[in-house]
Amino acid sequence: MAVTEIRKTQPFSGRVRETLRQMRNNWSAYLFIAPGLIHFAIFTLFAVGFAFYISFHEWNIIKPDKPFVGLENYRQLFDDPRFIRAVTNTFTFMLGVPLNLATGLAVALLLNTKVRGQAIYRTLFYIPVVTPLVVSSIIWKWVYQGDYGLLNYYLLQLGLIDHKIVWLADPDLALPALIIMMIWGGTGATMVIYLAGLQSIPEEMYDAAKVDGANSLQRLLYITIPLLRPTTFFLTITGIIGTFQIFTEVYIMTNGGPLNRTTTIGYYLYINAFRELEMGYATAMAFVLFAMIFVFTLIQWKFTRGDVEY
Amino acid sequence: MAITHTEKNVSQPIGSTAVRAKNRKLIKDVIGKLIVYALLTTGAIIFIAPWAWMVSASFQPIGKIFDWPPNWIPETFTLDNYRRFLKAEGFFRWVLNSGFLAVVVLVVQMFFNSLAAFTFAKRKFPGRDFLFLAMLGTLMIPGQLFLIPNYMILLRSPLFGGNNIFGAGGIGMLDSFWGIIIPYAFSVWSVFFMRQYMKGIPDDLLDAARMDGASEFHIYWKVVMPLCGPVLAAQAIFTFTFVWNDFFWPLIVISDPDLRTLQLGLALFVIKNRTVWDIVFAGSVISTLPVLLIFIFFQKYFIRGIALTGMK
Repeated sequence: MAVTEIRKTQPFSGRVRETLRQMRNNWSAYLFIAPGLIHFAIFTLFAVGFAFYISFHEWNIIKPDKPFVGLENYRQLFDDPRFIRAVTNTFTFMLGVPLNLATGLAVALLLNTKVRGQAIYRTLFYIPVVTPLVVSSIIWKWVYQGDYGLLNYYLLQLGLIDHKIVWLADPDLALPALIIMMIWGGTGATMVIYLAGLQSIPEEMYDAAKVDGANSLQRLLYITIPLLRPTTFFLTITGIIGTFQIFTEVYIMTNGGPLNRTTTIGYYLYINAFRELEMGYATAMAFVLFAMIFVFTLIQWKFTRGDVEY
Repeated sequence: MAITHTEKNVSQPIGSTAVRAKNRKLIKDVIGKLIVYALLTTGAIIFIAPWAWMVSASFQPIGKIFDWPPNWIPETFTLDNYRRFLKAEGFFRWVLNSGFLAVVVLVVQMFFNSLAAFTFAKRKFPGRDFLFLAMLGTLMIPGQLFLIPNYMILLRSPLFGGNNIFGAGGIGMLDSFWGIIIPYAFSVWSVFFMRQYMKGIPDDLLDAARMDGASEFHIYWKVVMPLCGPVLAAQAIFTFTFVWNDFFWPLIVISDPDLRTLQLGLALFVIKNRTVWDIVFAGSVISTLPVLLIFIFFQKYFIRGIALTGMK
């Protein structure tokens, strides 16, 4: 490219002049990205900086006085039993990520065996994904309902339980109940992404393995799953990030209860920001959340280096 | 797993004659297929059941909804729940609000996103790669981090909602549709996917148009955009679904009951009226319907959009 060649041969002032000339010639490019760039500058760049600033202040939106408190908000987080609880709960919710990957992969593998009616099955598994979260929460509130709920009825019929259980009011069962609902809502999306991954694996790989006498379990373990690793990586990361942000289900179904057992970081952050109006505290929480997500991304990157390429 | 089980046996035919081996293989294949179908069908029924129950309940009078065992097929079929839903509080209005917002955000985003994507994909200008990477780099920041600063930005928007030029005195873009449209007017994710797609369009086409003296905007609008059908469709569907289904941001921005979106209205209605399940189920069906129809009719683009997200 012209720019790089000139860089090597010309002195600094010449390079500046050349860059300016290029910028002038391409003024319309800047014009085209201007709306997006302005939006990005305000709602992303400025927002992050502003959030950082807020997190060092006692920022109650209705009090005009917003004193600087240094790291106090961050320190307080680690003394706040409800926040610790929210972190524990959020990590417990993450058990849903591998479960969701497993169900999604299982359905994708079954569908990939060239069954008839693939489109119909795919649609049925995918409908929960397009259902608005508010609606899913309403449906599952009914499923888990104690006196009339669908789940109790069928579990009693099958003889798996001997009395009605109020799932969402039981401190030990509410969180697993929400995880099951999230697997219901997520399997379809995981399935579609895995299907795309499966279809990109060359058929010859399997043929070669068959010639070498590999049975289908071996083919699954040594070809399919390793080759799907980039997909699994992507799904794990997005799953973990999604878990950190769980909010709607909790807001509608449990209100973080019983006994804070379903309070997630996302929910607790909202409560602090918009119920308690402690925005400085809530923003500090958001940065801790960011740090946790960042660590996960780094760990995953490290472990998926040297992936199989084909 | 069913497939593994059957295919394992297929690969070791130890029959005394070739025919017997072939027959055995055939039987194993059929059994394998049956297991696959049985598993898939059971799974599909479990997955669709809660959802199917909502649809069924929405056509039943409240007394029947509470029946045990549950009536999967309505004993008494009624449309009354839907009539009452559309008359209750502001539901009809909320349906219109949601539709309006989803369409406006869709149009605004498609234009700005595709314009930026075209520029990043097909133009060479100083700072291009730096700007693009800077944008991509912010994608891993969780949404919660933007929650409070963006709320404050909306609150302090100059000349909106009674604010003066310095952004003080009023409520800014809060409690108005601006507060939803403006923050959603641009999406880096969407720019990224459109750019990937546009990179695949041959430069020769663009150069030919440039030779003919076409302006860059003309090239974007008349040459590149008509070739981007699939990616535009996928993004349009994604954006519409996202805005229609969105709950969190409207919950924070909107407080005027007349400005609620359908999801927000429905959620607050459920939390306030714990027992009106007949109306709630009718509302749930209506609030799912547009997205469901789009999904069924444009499944190809839908799936492609999702798969595309998963590939990179």
